[in-house]
Amino acid sequence: MNKTVWVIADVSEGGLVSSSPGVATLARELAGDGAAGIIVAANATGAAAELATYVPHIILGRVPADEYFTPSAVAPFIARLVRERRPDYLLVPGTPTGRELAGALSALLQWGVLANATGVSLDERLVVRSVVFRTDLNVRSAFTSDHGIVTVQPHAVGPSVAAVTGDVEEIDVPAAERTSLVRRSELVREEAPAPVEGARVVVAGGAGVGSREAWAVVESLAAVLDGAVGASRPAVDNGWAPYSQQIGQTGKIVRPDLYIALGISGEVQHRVGMRMSKTVVVVDKDPDAPFARFADLFVHADLAEIVPPLIEQLRIAREKGGQS
Amino acid sequence: MRVVVLTKPVPDTSGDESFEADLTLDRASLAPVINPNDEYALEAALRLAETMPGTEITLLTMAPAESWAGLSKGLAVGANQAVMVTDPALEGSCIVGTANVLAAALRKLEFDLILAGTDTPDGRAGVVCSAVAALLQIPFISHAGSIDVRDDRVVVSRTRDDGHETLDAPLPAVVAVTQQIGDLRYPNLRGIMAARSRRPTSWSLADLDVAGAAGGAAATTATLHVEPCEIRTPTRVVRGDADAAVHEIVAFLADRRLIP
Repeated sequence: MNKTVWVIADVSEGGLVSSSPGVATLARELAGDGAAGIIVAANATGAAAELATYVPHIILGRVPADEYFTPSAVAPFIARLVRERRPDYLLVPGTPTGRELAGALSALLQWGVLANATGVSLDERLVVRSVVFRTDLNVRSAFTSDHGIVTVQPHAVGPSVAAVTGDVEEIDVPAAERTSLVRRSELVREEAPAPVEGARVVVAGGAGVGSREAWAVVESLAAVLDGAVGASRPAVDNGWAPYSQQIGQTGKIVRPDLYIALGISGEVQHRVGMRMSKTVVVVDKDPDAPFARFADLFVHADLAEIVPPLIEQLRIAREKGGQS
Repeated sequence: MRVVVLTKPVPDTSGDESFEADLTLDRASLAPVINPNDEYALEAALRLAETMPGTEITLLTMAPAESWAGLSKGLAVGANQAVMVTDPALEGSCIVGTANVLAAALRKLEFDLILAGTDTPDGRAGVVCSAVAALLQIPFISHAGSIDVRDDRVVVSRTRDDGHETLDAPLPAVVAVTQQIGDLRYPNLRGIMAARSRRPTSWSLADLDVAGAAGGAAATTATLHVEPCEIRTPTRVVRGDADAAVHEIVAFLADRRLIP
């Protein structure tokens, strides 16, 4: 019998968050016509229409636009839908929103959670692949019952639109199922650096960069490669880069074509966030750094001696490339 | 103010891990330490206590009894007491089972605020806190960078990718914190000595009224297979003259068509 798999999409200000289309694609690949997408948000008609390009059916739960809702606050609505329509499995993006929702739904439904999936297959039962604890061990796990919730590592699955666009069913979320006690008293938008998630090139700096002044070389190298600036946790703790750029276990998970690490040793907590990168180049002055055995190219050198001329040479290479 | 800090002993990731025959992590092979992110939760609690006299901090953990050594540091830096839920039947608990047990223990404790780290370095699921909040039917706020309590509400500041925001919720509430709480304090010698002689209050499963499944036998998830990751291509190591190294990096990137 065909299984049903729902993807609970992550939206922000009406648009789909970048990790949602990949997870929706995964739901369709697993369940075909049994795939559906759930969005609970205000002013999300556009996001629902976008999600419908990936899965055959969308349920859009509408909430008042003038109220603030945390993911937990709307979990009772989604839990009730699940009890009524009985999907077999739920997929959520492994974003802060998705994780919060997965936890709340697991409590309300008493369903198991398998976290940080890098791949999912569904035959007789759903099998989840993930990398647990250390980045050098692959684990396959399953649910012990016929139901479960999977959080999917952002960008583990690439998006691809369906041949046929799905339909959207709109439902008003009843007041009793959106009892948000959390209020938002302040929202300040600031000019943010280019996001590391979804970037094709990421240049990340770590403790080895040494100082706020020296951090400029990380930004310059990113600029010459049209890349985003990432950071290891020590660099964020030192205040050289904002938390939004942190890559690793407690930060963002990225999967660029090129990942350049400057002054990062490559401890497991960092590798968790970038191990899916296609090409990894590392410059570090510690020849015994974990990255010396993980990178594609490991340059054992002092950043100050290597990176400024590297930026200059890349600039020249770009200009030449532009002329030819 | 009664603050409960959820602390999970996690394997010290600087060690080498191994797996048991049943494919669960052999936690005995690793010295347990407090989940580094939970230490920020404790730090946030200690800072609240500094501004709110009479604040009492309780550490709550579900763990094997022998992991206490790694958790006593929490008392050494200033937590008032510790409660350990420990029972052989809890070995192999899944996420839901863990949340059910923690919620049952919290129902037995008096609290205004529950704090924890946003996630743990071993499971990395980051879902237990919101599950506990849902079970207790109290508000949950994640990714707190700073915490304050005003007029019986917890006030949380946190960063967003495009800025920052301030949220607040009525107490009691669950708040998960990040490293942005700020620098941790370290125990002094007197604190370490005082903590050494203290033991946690110990509860077994029989002491709790757990709603829902709990324990390894009722786990909702199971590990099927563990294997080493595919090896990446061997690393090319470059050292020596800076000009030559720069030339080699540029050639490497050009060869892979990674220069825009």
